[in-house]
Amino acid sequence: MSVELDVFVGNTTIMDEEVYQLWLDGYTVTDAVKVRMEGGVLDECEANADVVLSDTMDQYRTFHMCERLLHSPAKLANQLLYQITPHRQTILIERYYAFDDGFVREVLGKKLSKGTKKDLDDISAKTGVTLKSCRRQFDNFKRVFKVVEELKGPLVENIRHHFLLSDKLAKDYAAIVFFANNRFETGKRKLQYLTFQDFAFCAGQLINNWTVGAVAGPDSFVDNMVEDMDVDLDKEFLQELKELKILITDKDLLDQHKSLVCTALRGKTKTFNEMEANFKNLSRGLVNIAAKLTNTKDVRDFFIDLVEKFIEPCRSDRWTAADMKLYLTHYTNSVHILDTFKHQIVWDRYMGVIKSCIFKMYHD
Amino acid sequence: MPGKLKAKIVAGRHLPVMDRASDLTDAFVEVKFGNTTFKTDVYPKSLNPQWNSEWFKFEVDDEDLQDEPLQITVLDHDTYSANDAIGKVYIDIDPLLCTEAASVISGWFPIYDTIHGIRGEINVLVKVELFNDLNRFRQSSCGVKFFCTTSIPRGYRAATVHGFVEELVVNEDPEYQWIDRIRTPRASNEARQRLISLMSGELQRKIGLKVLEMGGNAVVGYLQCFDLEGESGLVVRAIGTACSLEKLSSGSILNTHTHPNTAPASNACNSPSKDGKESPLAHGCRSTHNSPVHSACSSQRLSQNFSISVPTLIFTGMGSGGSAGKEAGPLKTLLRQQTQTALEQREFPFFTLTSFPSAFLLHVGGVVNARSVKLLDRIHNPALGNTRSYKLLDWNSVTADEPETRDAWWEEIRQEIKSHAKALGCHAVVGYSESTSICEEVCILSASGTAAILNHRYMREGCLDIGSTDHRFEEPSPPTCGFCHIPYDELNMPFPAQLTYCYHCRRQKVPDVLFTTIDLPAEAAVTGKGCHIQARLCRLKKKAQGEVNATAISNLLPFMEYELHTQLMNKLKLRSMNALFGLRIQISVGENMLLGLASATGVYLTALPAPGGIQIAGKTPGDPSNEQHILTIQKRINDAIAKNKELYQINPPELTEEGVGSPIPEPRQRSRLFRSHSESSDELSELDLSHGKKDAFVLEIDDTDAVEDIHSLLTDANPPIGFYSCNTETMPGIYNWTSGIQMFTSVRILRLSNTNLTNQGLNKIFTDLCENLLKSFYFKLRSMVPCCLCHLNFTVAVPEEELIQVAVTAVAMTFDKDQTQEKLAEKLIPKGGSDTDEQLQFPLELCADSSNSQPSSKISVSSLEHSSPLPEGRSRSLRSSRSFGGSSVTVVKMTPLSFLPGTRIIKYLGIINMFFIRETTSLREEGGVSGFLHSFIAEVFAMVRAHVAALGGNAVVSYSMQDCVLMENPNKNQAQCLINVSGDAVICVRESDQDSLASTTTIGHSCSSTTDVTT
Repeated sequence: MSVELDVFVGNTTIMDEEVYQLWLDGYTVTDAVKVRMEGGVLDECEANADVVLSDTMDQYRTFHMCERLLHSPAKLANQLLYQITPHRQTILIERYYAFDDGFVREVLGKKLSKGTKKDLDDISAKTGVTLKSCRRQFDNFKRVFKVVEELKGPLVENIRHHFLLSDKLAKDYAAIVFFANNRFETGKRKLQYLTFQDFAFCAGQLINNWTVGAVAGPDSFVDNMVEDMDVDLDKEFLQELKELKILITDKDLLDQHKSLVCTALRGKTKTFNEMEANFKNLSRGLVNIAAKLTNTKDVRDFFIDLVEKFIEPCRSDRWTAADMKLYLTHYTNSVHILDTFKHQIVWDRYMGVIKSCIFKMYHD
Repeated sequence: MPGKLKAKIVAGRHLPVMDRASDLTDAFVEVKFGNTTFKTDVYPKSLNPQWNSEWFKFEVDDEDLQDEPLQITVLDHDTYSANDAIGKVYIDIDPLLCTEAASVISGWFPIYDTIHGIRGEINVLVKVELFNDLNRFRQSSCGVKFFCTTSIPRGYRAATVHGFVEELVVNEDPEYQWIDRIRTPRASNEARQRLISLMSGELQRKIGLKVLEMGGNAVVGYLQCFDLEGESGLVVRAIGTACSLEKLSSGSILNTHTHPNTAPASNACNSPSKDGKESPLAHGCRSTHNSPVHSACSSQRLSQNFSISVPTLIFTGMGSGGSAGKEAGPLKTLLRQQTQTALEQREFPFFTLTSFPSAFLLHVGGVVNARSVKLLDRIHNPALGNTRSYKLLDWNSVTADEPETRDAWWEEIRQEIKSHAKALGCHAVVGYSESTSICEEVCILSASGTAAILNHRYMREGCLDIGSTDHRFEEPSPPTCGFCHIPYDELNMPFPAQLTYCYHCRRQKVPDVLFTTIDLPAEAAVTGKGCHIQARLCRLKKKAQGEVNATAISNLLPFMEYELHTQLMNKLKLRSMNALFGLRIQISVGENMLLGLASATGVYLTALPAPGGIQIAGKTPGDPSNEQHILTIQKRINDAIAKNKELYQINPPELTEEGVGSPIPEPRQRSRLFRSHSESSDELSELDLSHGKKDAFVLEIDDTDAVEDIHSLLTDANPPIGFYSCNTETMPGIYNWTSGIQMFTSVRILRLSNTNLTNQGLNKIFTDLCENLLKSFYFKLRSMVPCCLCHLNFTVAVPEEELIQVAVTAVAMTFDKDQTQEKLAEKLIPKGGSDTDEQLQFPLELCADSSNSQPSSKISVSSLEHSSPLPEGRSRSLRSSRSFGGSSVTVVKMTPLSFLPGTRIIKYLGIINMFFIRETTSLREEGGVSGFLHSFIAEVFAMVRAHVAALGGNAVVSYSMQDCVLMENPNKNQAQCLINVSGDAVICVRESDQDSLASTTTIGHSCSSTTDVTT
């Protein structure tokens, strides 16, 4: 005796959020049933294992059938097949596009290609995220990437509009797209301590300040229509960054800069001596990063450079986060007093981002 | 040209990719009605085409308008090869033919393909201009309203209930035509869908004609079924109740939860037979004298009010014995038919309604049931081979000498039912329904209903004169218990039953148990809550062919009926209840087994005596170990009864009643009361003697069957806390519904791998299947607690050897836990009213009202259309319908009930009757048979919702899935499924939006309803 067929269809589609999460997490039906039973679902409604199994299978089937619609969430709202309340639709989409920070950390900055997809087994084994779930998340990244790639206009807005995601999630996806597009190196051992949220924050900074879209601003309609405006860094700006080199090549400027910063810092921090000793080194590091950004290869190494050239020396000198803040504030602002330095705007645009990125990245 | 149909194709969306190269589609649309076809331009390279076509105009007969659906085909244009079909939409334009229903169909329809399912959507606009004059009117039946709802629809008043209408149409099944061998599955499916659509259109039109002939303007309780008889053809049949409905002003409907009491009621009348004679022209209703002897009943062992046609069954089954070949068929001899006039014979006093305006139903006798086993034969169709024309067989015109037809079969069954009703002293059958079960060439026809005596005031003619009929006015039955009073002669009881004086009014006799197929009357006095009760049974049968098979089945049927009945009775007693409503007994036939499923809602009627307990008896009382065993079982049963009493809050107020000392209970009754309480051995032996065999009260433990019975009794789990269930419209004891509803359909198929199963093993499997389904529902719907599963409708089938299929459609409705609501109080008022003054006042008020309203109702009948639609009601409904279109997809609620809690139905938009076929040749890829059916059911829901939304509606009431036929062949990776659904499309508004309006108009408008409540 065996159950040949077992279906339950509600006029309003019934979806259990717990089961949905298990499905998203890539549990098999059997495992999901086990998890549910251990979670005490049997105590509700005098259920038994068969009932839970039947319910789980049904829900899995429903989710599977809805998955096609979730690939283009805008369709979910005006499709006729499933009657789902708007509130529930939002939950479905948001959860479907949610991802594990552990997983995304592994693929961040990688090319969203078939090659990477083949490595998903390894990532799955490493992160403990099921392969099924890895695939879904990877496909989501790829799908969002593909859609926004062809769209004009602001990146976050496009993602939010096309995938009906919350602001937070849309921003995260923007970061993923941005990283994938610029192929930032995030996998090196030295960068391992950084979380996805650290990178996402930095991506937000770069998108908002260093891209073509950043200059255009929300008012200029024409510029809004530039392709990849938020995905590619502003080439003109990168060129201009070369001008900053004068800060380290001109001996006078460098000394002047150093004395200004040191005057401001003296007595305000325990690590003053180290700061003073390292000033030229650190300044060279930051300016060199800026000057090299015209090379795609160096753009990729942006984060590793930041860590190697700046964060690591500071950390070995045991700067506190407050020290860092103090130092960078004065380091940035002192340049304004250098009257021979003519590239204040570029400097601010550069250092604004560097400052907030380093603040975010400066932790254990 | 009496009608102009106009259609406009606006746009498409979400179309499938038809051209792999471009990932796009070059779509165009063909619009077809009858033999006329129009085409739109090709909209190149888009998945969201904007055709914005001109208006395509079809000038057609209104007969065609009724029969034909508008057929819209979406195609992909291909320059070099044939155009590929994307899918189709069939739009039934019937709702547009009724001035009171929808005026335009406009909206997004899913594009459906029988192989691929839904493939995108299309936006269509349809209008109809009718230039009908009243002469033309009679040839088509445009304007007759159809309702699936089995009560008088909300917002209407039944001026007259004319009675039973039935019709049947037969044709060859396209699936079995020779051409099917060379055409594609898609073409075959579409031919079938189209044919059935045509046939049901014609069926509806013909029924409409009958209604017009009777002088009615509507069909209520319309039930249409398909019999897929395979080789021998396709039958579409329908039954309904013809009525003359009048629209009420929107304010005068009092209460959407209980049944509206707005129809004019008259005083109760206790002499049905006399009334019957006085109105010889009455259409649906005819009373006859009590038949003192009724062999069908007396010859069987069934106790209580339960009558089945066992002898007839045996005879019809065996009748085929001598005659050779298919041609002969079973005997059509009708046994024990009483002499009737030709006129009487032609009419069936049957009503498909299950709930009635107050005072319509006077007495209820009990369930009447008839089954007949037939051998199928190719339907005699003179137009054989011509698919377009099929013969309509009107049984009225068929004389006895004509060849055996389905009509004659049904006639036979109906006569049987009629005679059973007579035997119960009743002149009418209410809650009437018909069904079939087909396996290969054997077909079981079943009909069942509730024998009843009705108030003639609702019949046509001869009922207006109040003075002549209320000669028993001095002794009216209160509505709270009147229907329980026995209609038959106490001295000539048609079956053994224990009679007592009514526990409510103490004036009339009532039986100890009452079984009915109707809903609990709104005004009935009930103690505690109701519950869903189910009896399940499997019987193995040898595989056989033809007449041998039919005979074997006929022989099994009476035993199955008997056992189902015993199970029901035991389960009822276990729950300490004394009445069943909504009883539905299905018997399904398979190649090697018969399945029986009886579902009902158990209730404790205050008017009926308290049920006795269940006594376990051993055959060998001497054996001490056995004695011990019996004692433990007895204890378990007693515990279960006590627990159930508490669970369903059954605390009958007997003691207080005795204390008050209401009208002199006879000594006999008192002793009986006493006995049923203590369950003394005296009572038991008496019962034993009277029934000869084991009866409902005593279960003999030695019998293996009895062990099984007890087992099944005690394994039936009660619903978990917070859940209630019933199979009727409303749950007795729950009145304060909140607005949460969830309609669902669930199907489960079990494969029996064990080939040598016993009856007992099968029973266990079947019982577990049903119980597990219920458990699954409770689990799935646990977030809705407290809630009640209403209208639980189980359908069983044996699709193949070794397969058992159970399909369930029901609605879960949330309610407020606090029962301290005015509605309850309202219910209790008439119950408490024992003083005659009040009882007199009630019917008097109603009398006055009915005499006033009757003439007006007559006028409206003759002038049909033009009397009712109120300008203000109409304009409001239009406004509200528009407001629903605000969001991108209209939310359409569906329910098998006739109402939606917390809302008021302001407009009926027409009947929804849809038939779909889905087939796949990639079963595995679609997620197996479960995945296939899951998506198909979801698609059917989607299409129903889309049609309702396009009519401007936001809900479907009285929704039902009549058929769900699944055929699978996993080895070939194939499956096919047929689903037929129906319901009433409506516009409803939240109750609170209307409250202010209602309260002002109620006072002025209908005094009958206000007095009802305020007294």
